[in-house]
Amino acid sequence: MSFEPKLVGFLCNWCSYTGADLAGTSRLKIPPNLRAIRVMCSGRVDPSFILTALSKGADGVLVLGCHPGDCHYSEGNYNCQRRLPITKSLVEQMGIDPRRVRLEWVSASEASLFQEVVSEFTEQIRSLGPLELKEFDFDRAAADAQLVHE
Amino acid sequence: MPSSSMSEGMMAKPKLALYWAASCGGCEIAVLDTELKVLEIADFFDIIFWPCALDFKYDDVRAMEDKSITLTLFNGAIRNSENYEIAKLLRQKSVVMCAFGSCASDGGIPALANLKSKEEILQYVYHDSPSTTNPENVRPETAHQVAEGTLRLPEMWNTVRSLGQVVDVDYIIPGCPPQPDQISIVVDAVVDILKNGKPLPPKGTVLGADVRTCCDECDRKKDVKKIKQFVRPHEVVADPEVCLLEQGILCMGPATRAGCGGKCVNAGVPCRGCYGQPANVKDQGAKMASAIGGVLDTDDPKEIEELVATIPDMAGTFYRFSMSESLLRRRQG
Repeated sequence: MSFEPKLVGFLCNWCSYTGADLAGTSRLKIPPNLRAIRVMCSGRVDPSFILTALSKGADGVLVLGCHPGDCHYSEGNYNCQRRLPITKSLVEQMGIDPRRVRLEWVSASEASLFQEVVSEFTEQIRSLGPLELKEFDFDRAAADAQLVHE
Repeated sequence: MPSSSMSEGMMAKPKLALYWAASCGGCEIAVLDTELKVLEIADFFDIIFWPCALDFKYDDVRAMEDKSITLTLFNGAIRNSENYEIAKLLRQKSVVMCAFGSCASDGGIPALANLKSKEEILQYVYHDSPSTTNPENVRPETAHQVAEGTLRLPEMWNTVRSLGQVVDVDYIIPGCPPQPDQISIVVDAVVDILKNGKPLPPKGTVLGADVRTCCDECDRKKDVKKIKQFVRPHEVVADPEVCLLEQGILCMGPATRAGCGGKCVNAGVPCRGCYGQPANVKDQGAKMASAIGGVLDTDDPKEIEELVATIPDMAGTFYRFSMSESLLRRRQG
């Protein structure tokens, strides 16, 4: 079976989610790989959301927000813009390709940009392959097998 | 809760076990640092297992009945098969199992090894480190045949685990080490429960700590944080009054549970994060990434990247005490 990337997208309510809606109503063809989660602002996307997604089976995480200067809350997207490089750097040191995390600005009218970003990101993750976390859960059976007493 | 069996007309003392797995011994010192309280502990409890201080054998514990130990204070991370075996044994014999200190709670310093593989560590320690002389390329083996039979050593694990990841844990006392005043508070609470029948706190409660963050306990003056440059503590003479983070010194205060009394920060040393993630925070490193992200003083993507690149050993700093309990557990790939 060929690999289908599982992608989680955090889309800001005011721009990107509306842009995604427009892409839908415009009947633009978009890969079905993205699970869109609406957040009120890209500034709401705590780095732990991204790590949680990666630790629970997402192969890539896409964060979409309003263009700089256009934030509904004036500076939420700037917070996101500063957090993402830190999160990517952390993810990289934890041995995960930072290209699996991506931030883009998509406005409410940019349906075709949304299509482009999602298609491109899906192909990127497809070429990176599935993210399989090693030794995430504790392997009780393997640990018990090492015990040689009695 | 305690055994109600009577011995010669006297109520049997509740039994206490203390154990160290992958740890430095600092937790044991912290217990002794409770000063006179340690005499109270020795008076109230029957200490039946404490390898650091008293001569007991594992077989003594194996011979005990299940649930015959009232309370086990378990410090140290789970790093090898011996740590795991004794964790399982003490869980089986104890009514209440308590993760004591950062290593048992979150992995602690030993879990920084999760940034490397077992093979990388063995290669460095036995071959590559500048101080190693090992011309015969000897590596430790876990089983060795001698005339009398097979000698065995514990198997080192590739991934360091917290106590809670390998056995069921009832309570958590964080800290590297838990501060003696906090240990005393917990001991008083335990005595109150056992003596006066006070109800037990809900399972999973973090004892001897606060729900707030280290910043809440810090006396330094805090203003709007805008960081232009990260500096390491030895590179500057820090203002003794002002928030260390505002001075560009990476302080884990915003992402660390309160409980220590702000000892480091009030002495001029940035918080290292030993009390672990604050209440309702899943991942200490992610919380720190979030906190730092909010205070970088630039909106230029290139400048942000340059500034972020100056944070030395980000994962090692952000997860210094909590790698095992981090959302990703270890370095992948």
